Amino acid sequence: MGSASRHRVWVTFLVTPPLAVMAAFVVYPILSAFSYAFFSWHGLSREAFVGLGNFVDLFTKPHYAQPIMRAFGHNLIVLAALLVVQNGGGFLLAWFLYREPFGFRFHRVAVFLPVILSSVIVAFLWKLLLHPNFGAVNGALNAAGLGNLALPWLGDSRTALAALIFANAWHWIGFPTLVFLAGMQRIPREVLESAELDGASQIQVLRRIVWPLAAPSATVTFTLLFIGAFNWFELPYLMTGLEGSPFGSTDVLGLVFYRLAFGNQSASVQDFGHGSALATLLFLFMAAVATAATIRLRRREIAL
Amino acid sequence: MVQLLLILNSALMLYPIVIMVFAAFKPTAEIFARPFAPPDFSNIDNFVRIVEEANFLRYLGNSILVTGVSVVLILVLGTMAAYAIARYRFALATPIFLIFLAGLMLPLKLAIIPLFVQMNGLGLIDSRLSLILIYVAMGLPSTVFIMTGFLRTLPGELEDAARIDGASEPRIMWSIMLPLCKPPLVIAGIHNAVPVWNDFFFPLIFIQSDARKTLPQGLTTFVGEYATDWGMLFAGLTIAALPITLVYIVLSRQFIAGMTQGVVK
Repeated sequence: MGSASRHRVWVTFLVTPPLAVMAAFVVYPILSAFSYAFFSWHGLSREAFVGLGNFVDLFTKPHYAQPIMRAFGHNLIVLAALLVVQNGGGFLLAWFLYREPFGFRFHRVAVFLPVILSSVIVAFLWKLLLHPNFGAVNGALNAAGLGNLALPWLGDSRTALAALIFANAWHWIGFPTLVFLAGMQRIPREVLESAELDGASQIQVLRRIVWPLAAPSATVTFTLLFIGAFNWFELPYLMTGLEGSPFGSTDVLGLVFYRLAFGNQSASVQDFGHGSALATLLFLFMAAVATAATIRLRRREIAL
Repeated sequence: MVQLLLILNSALMLYPIVIMVFAAFKPTAEIFARPFAPPDFSNIDNFVRIVEEANFLRYLGNSILVTGVSVVLILVLGTMAAYAIARYRFALATPIFLIFLAGLMLPLKLAIIPLFVQMNGLGLIDSRLSLILIYVAMGLPSTVFIMTGFLRTLPGELEDAARIDGASEPRIMWSIMLPLCKPPLVIAGIHNAVPVWNDFFFPLIFIQSDARKTLPQGLTTFVGEYATDWGMLFAGLTIAALPITLVYIVLSRQFIAGMTQGVVK
């Protein structure tokens, strides 16, 4: 390797442009995001310093606190449901694919296909498929003689959030599947073979060997799912609208934040102060949980 | 049993897409009457109308422009930083690497308010350049991470031999090291191109004129206009999904490697 003193001009030339972009469009905006939360805003102009006032408002004024707490509850439901359906389902699919059964390559490509599509395509496709009268889902249920299960999925406050969770799992399940598959492929074959020779059942192999040894994949898929669940925006925005219809049953923090920061159709008011305060809280919450989860889950990981 | 479950799952993954493509070739009345029947594939009325009436080609052009420029800039700038970090010893190498590493974990969406104020100050609201700048900033950390990891594995003898022969540092980078970097550049390129191509959030905030909309954003406008014309809607979804799906089918191995990069080691 060359020493940098001889090549200082060249090294400076190499690192300056990328660092300038990072400074201008990552470091500066993120630091500003924190400072913005301590001011009151009128449209695009910053006004008085209000200290922690914006943060206090979010918890004490009901027109902020009520939607935030309800949305937070929905985000938790989304996280829990996706943890089972998306990551749990992905783990099982990975286990099915692990032995490279007949059609392995086809199934691998098929399960990952929705992952490469835009949320916009996925959202509108499922919105049409879930249409109460003309959608293919209810069409299939009626044809199968299950007409009483043909519900107005997105229009009923009891089923709307579940329908969104299903669409999200359809979109993303290929991602944890292939991450778990890659993790399983690192387990030495001999370990599994000797366990099977000792008479271990499939369930035992899965629970006692594969699951602990695939722990690094579980850590990373959980962390990404957590960040995704609390950043959730596109699917509810496009499928059930900015207000989280019907009756706020699909309202999540991403929608609350967007309405605060960029206004809604009924009252196009921008409130950058309270919006920044909510963004700051979300950021701190996500950083804290992601760090804690990583540390805790890492402990479970076993070095091979 | 495993076979059956895998087949069921693949059917669940693919069947909605098959219904979408079928419906794209049907008039709306037929979609309502027979949603599952295969269509008459010679009936391309919906596609003809989309090309004639909607702004789809414009949206497609904008998406190609924004994604293309962003990915080229990400790869050029990312490789520059990674090359300096991986191939030269200097005091700031580690701190600079850590700055990029920290960027991996930050969801830039949460800084959307300051980004909006900043772009407004730069006069870049409703400009495609605002999108490109943000995508480049978002893409640099992962690219620096991927490229540094790869460049560190290259043996130093390659450069030393060239230096003894009197080659300049830029020449060594360009003629000797970069030609070896094609595989990680493909991975990093896909890792960034797919989310940029698919992004809806940043155009929603920054782009207003119809002529500057990208494909995902334009699709929302289109869906608003043709809300009850299901034949048109499914044809629009099909056209929007087509380019990336075709590339994915050809390059599925690289896509899967690229999109799970950084997660799978």
